[in-house]
Amino acid sequence: MTAQEGRAATGLLCRGIWGFLAWFCGLFFFLPFAWMVLTSFHGEADAATNPPSVGAALTLQGYREFFGASTGVSPWPPLVNSLTASVTSTLLVLALAIPAAYALSIKPVRKWTDVLFFFLSTKMLPAVAGLLPVYLIAKNAGMLDSVWLLVILYTSMNLPIAVWMMRSFLAEVPVEILEAASIDGAGLLTVLVRIVAPVAAPGIAATALISFIFSWNELLFARVLTGVVAGTAPVFLTGFVTSQGLFLAKVCAAAVCVSLPVLVAGFAAQDKLVQGLSLGAVK
Amino acid sequence: MGVQAMARVERGARSGASRRRAGRPRGSWSRRAPLLPALVFLVVVTQLPFVGTLVISFMRWNALAPDDRGFGGFANYKAAVTDPGLRSSLVTTVVLTAAVVLVSLLLGLGLALLLDRKFPGRGIVRTLLIAPFLVVPVASALLWKHALYNASYGFVNGTLTWLWQLFGSDSAPQPDWLSAIPLIAVEASLIWQWTPFMMLILLAGLQSRSPDIVEAARVDGASTWQVFRQLTFPHLRCYLELAALLGSIYVVQNFDAVFTLTSGGLGTANLPYTVYETFYQAHDYGQASAEGVIVVACTMVIATFALRTVSSLFKEGAL
Repeated sequence: MTAQEGRAATGLLCRGIWGFLAWFCGLFFFLPFAWMVLTSFHGEADAATNPPSVGAALTLQGYREFFGASTGVSPWPPLVNSLTASVTSTLLVLALAIPAAYALSIKPVRKWTDVLFFFLSTKMLPAVAGLLPVYLIAKNAGMLDSVWLLVILYTSMNLPIAVWMMRSFLAEVPVEILEAASIDGAGLLTVLVRIVAPVAAPGIAATALISFIFSWNELLFARVLTGVVAGTAPVFLTGFVTSQGLFLAKVCAAAVCVSLPVLVAGFAAQDKLVQGLSLGAVK
Repeated sequence: MGVQAMARVERGARSGASRRRAGRPRGSWSRRAPLLPALVFLVVVTQLPFVGTLVISFMRWNALAPDDRGFGGFANYKAAVTDPGLRSSLVTTVVLTAAVVLVSLLLGLGLALLLDRKFPGRGIVRTLLIAPFLVVPVASALLWKHALYNASYGFVNGTLTWLWQLFGSDSAPQPDWLSAIPLIAVEASLIWQWTPFMMLILLAGLQSRSPDIVEAARVDGASTWQVFRQLTFPHLRCYLELAALLGSIYVVQNFDAVFTLTSGGLGTANLPYTVYETFYQAHDYGQASAEGVIVVACTMVIATFALRTVSSLFKEGAL
């Protein structure tokens, strides 16, 4: 074997080891998730064995129980509440954030960085700090246990992130083209539709995705401000906090069902997720 | 938080774009108009309630004793500061946030470096790694509490039994994780959720680095360690800072995991959970507000530091 061949072989071996390690770590992190999905398809007795019965028979019993087969408690109202709150607040976030981002990037106001950092600073005000007055106002206005109250709060929760994200996307619209278009006599609407929208579309999708996920996941506000009528899916899940005998399959089925919209959206748009979570900083 | 404080932090962080674009002052109101709805909405929904919290924090107000309501001076603050529960939850918050952010940052860095290399099935491994982050936090906490940590039939102890049986022993240790090491158990579940987030940001950072320079360094005979130390790490620094900052913003406010896994028991109550408890269970509005104000005061110290980091990144043009 020549020295060169030897080095190539070592390189290949090295690459193999690193690849193996990456697979090992990936599977290790995936293990709890896989266990959750597997357990959700097991019978309750098989789910609660020690050591775990990996190859036990599969059944949909856990899912039937989650959808209220024996208790009669349907998870649909909370799921629908979550969907209403998440989708509506996401639309509201976009409606408020896009114009604001426009005023911070394409035609920036003076001191636009100050405004931008003011938006971010509100995100650092912990949610609990304003919880009590919100509760008292809502109580007096008769808005407790209403999905619309959650819509307002979720909008304010996601708006700063959305403004940051949309600004970073709109900042990529080339100024030269905008100026050329306005010299050529294109109106504001034409500029927005023809030039800004195509560049901003992926950014809008990323912003919507993040806003949806955070609203869907939120627990604290929903827990304090809603009751039987407007309770969301995470609040419904808190019903499983205390143990209820053999209920592992049911818990796992519930966790899978409630996470499903986020899993689908997140897997479908992995890159958008990264952009969104880093406030648009990472492209 | 004060606009002035932000402005001080941020003064001078103008990028080239603003100078290029903000040259013309005409039509300033038409420029400001699109900004106003978002700004007004945010001030009304997030800042005004905090003013309310500030006012209530000086009041004697317990919902269980509605007739005894009035000005209480600093009594609530005195009660909050001398309450050992609040002090311990302050420590818990710092420990929890630091542990989760640091460990998941290190693990995320390791995973990002692994995934930066080419190997068969790289896309699949990346997808597998993202999964923990896409589980709804409450669902994830339930999974850890019941399916993994349960002392008699949880997956962790089940695996221990299986491993011990493999070597012919029937006496595998079966600890009750949540009562034996409650804080570490909470941290482990959060690290599981946040490592993918760190990994994704750092991977994006690694992949934005120019491969030519690394190649050139290798041709010049630099070792893998030298390449990492001299080229990769400096390039990655701002991504590490960004990941740590964003992670801290989210983890410091964590409520779901503490609420679900331990219900704040066994020394795992962090600040958000303590405020929630004072308000929701003890119904002491005055003291809950005082605690809320203290939380904000603590957060402002961290936030000012954090925003300085962001603005320095901003200046360097990383964002």
